Amino acid sequence: MKYFIKRLIQAVPVLFIISFIIFSLVYMAGDPVLLMLPEDAPQEDKQALREALNLDEPFHVQYMTFVGNLMQGQFGKSFTYGQEALPIVLERLPATIELAFAAIFVATIISIPFGIWSATKKDSLGDVFISGGAVLGKAMPNFWLGIMLILLFSVYLGALPVSGRGTIFHLILPAITLGTGIAAQITRLIRSNMLDILHQEYIRTARSKGLKEFLVIYKHALRNSLIPVVTIMALQTSSLIGGAIITETVFSWPGLGQLLIQAINTRDMAIVQASVFVVALLVIMMNLLADVMYRFLDPRINLK
Amino acid sequence: MNAVDPLLQIEDLKTYFYSGDKVIPSVDGVSFHINKGEIVALVGESGCGKSVTSLSILGLIDSPGKIEGGRILYHDLDLTRLSQKEKLQIRGKEISIIFQEPLAALNPVFTVGYQIQENIMVHERISKKKAKAKAIDLLIKVGIPHPEKVYQNYPHSLSGGMRQRVMIAMALSGNPKLIIADEPTTALDVTIQAQILQLLKEITEQQRTSILFITHDLGVVAEIADRVIVMYAGQVVEQADVYSLFDNPKHPYTKALFNSSPKMDQIDEELTAIEGAVPSPFEKPMGCKFHTRCPYVMGKCKSISPDLEENNGHLVRCWLSTENAKSEVT
Ligand SMILES: Nc1ncnc2c1ncn2[C@@H]1O[C@H](COP(=O)(O)OP(=O)(O)OP(=O)(O)O)[C@@H](O)[C@H]1O
Ligand SMILES: [Mg+2]
Repeated sequence: MKYFIKRLIQAVPVLFIISFIIFSLVYMAGDPVLLMLPEDAPQEDKQALREALNLDEPFHVQYMTFVGNLMQGQFGKSFTYGQEALPIVLERLPATIELAFAAIFVATIISIPFGIWSATKKDSLGDVFISGGAVLGKAMPNFWLGIMLILLFSVYLGALPVSGRGTIFHLILPAITLGTGIAAQITRLIRSNMLDILHQEYIRTARSKGLKEFLVIYKHALRNSLIPVVTIMALQTSSLIGGAIITETVFSWPGLGQLLIQAINTRDMAIVQASVFVVALLVIMMNLLADVMYRFLDPRINLK
Repeated sequence: MNAVDPLLQIEDLKTYFYSGDKVIPSVDGVSFHINKGEIVALVGESGCGKSVTSLSILGLIDSPGKIEGGRILYHDLDLTRLSQKEKLQIRGKEISIIFQEPLAALNPVFTVGYQIQENIMVHERISKKKAKAKAIDLLIKVGIPHPEKVYQNYPHSLSGGMRQRVMIAMALSGNPKLIIADEPTTALDVTIQAQILQLLKEITEQQRTSILFITHDLGVVAEIADRVIVMYAGQVVEQADVYSLFDNPKHPYTKALFNSSPKMDQIDEELTAIEGAVPSPFEKPMGCKFHTRCPYVMGKCKSISPDLEENNGHLVRCWLSTENAKSEVT
């Protein structure tokens, strides 16, 4: 618990750095007034708007204002929605998190049994298939897989909805699309960890006690081989939260990724800033979670 | 065989490993027995097949290895012919094993108490609470202070000596008749080593447990063993009771082992500097396996392998010994 609080405090400077980067990027992106007003607007109007938005102040003053507002959760108004940006972003958050966790769930239920199976039956036909499948799964681009799944399950079989969000059925195809690549990566990770761990002496000890092979593998070996997997899973979840843009677009999934890409296209900087900040915050939280789980799984870490 | 009360009898055991199209005869026709309550030391240079012999007893040889011949009789049961299920009933219950490096041999993610308790619960239908109480009793028995606290500890947080005591507690938890100790003290410093040896000796005396004690260290052999088996290149080359072996080693290899240790009264050096090198496991010499390094080598040693033969209470695999024994008779 103490450690947890320490890590939370450590996150504060990270957030400052992120806020600085977000601000600088937008600052460098150019004068938003030119975009917001028609090209032939009079010079006085442009100047008035700049002053209203504090754009005539020097960089550091603008940045301080930005941080001040940020602490109150204000990123300014989105000009496409005409509202505060943060609530718009937060509204999209549940959809994104839902999809991210569904994808991780898919990846987990595929990768653990396959990873173990191909390790314990190394070089068997099954292992060759699983390992080959993993290479394929990793290589398949999400947009292609998404479209293929839609064609097969929605268009051809008519079994699942094409796009949108609502029921659990809407979730299945995008979750598989996102989960496949991760499953492939984690299957390979579990396989190689398991192969290494099955040669450890404590596995021989477990066998020497008269434990059934099932318990030797699913208790003594699996618990150890999951330690690094947890870290990768958490990193993957973070990257899904920020980066499921392609899949969200293919399935018209109303998540953060979709919002962000639209905002970038329309140069809706308030939304861009708010989204990036929220994503950064979530990533920090996921990393913290990974750390806690890592400690839970590996008692050796606690000593440090 | 001069078996008084044999618990385990190994007959012509052959355990081979396969590497590509090559065969490695790691254990090549080993025979010996262990009596009830007896401590038998198995000695020999690194790679001579000591661990493979012990793992064969428990049926723990994994591919690319395989038991290719011989019998391992435990009471009347041939351990090489057991089904998987029968093997599980022997392991950790009738025969248990202690490894050299307890930190590697204990699972890092479970508490030591749990790992002992697990061994108990595999073989006994008792409640978790009772198994835990029993595990704590075992920790007391092997001389661990604050057993309740240590029960909750993970292996990494204990000292080397404590970890090895935990391993011993675990090995004892099924009340085995035979404990195989594969270099249990090699990784420990000298004082701790002496304590662990003392503990093992007490246990055999109290419970009439037999121990197959594998070691490099002749000092340890003198300390603990009743009988000694010397292995070279996958074969037994000499066997005798401990006093007789130390007083009068007969096989040239055994002699070389003693010569390579400094002095009889300070023989706690490892077995190292014997002239020549251990033959490659792939290309063991024809005839007597030791002839390439033997100072007394004769013509027939190079072509015909000698058998283990009786010589003054020793069993010796050497042409010289065989001939001496014969000439004594005639
Ligand atoms: N998993 C394996 N794969 C291939 N060969 C093996 C394997 N395990 C053992 N061997 C072979 O068996 C021989 C005997 O090994 P073993 O571990 O029994 O030696 P040891 O006498 O216990 O030596 P040490 O004193 O170093 O522990 C080795 O030289 C090696 O060639
Ligand atoms: Mg060994």
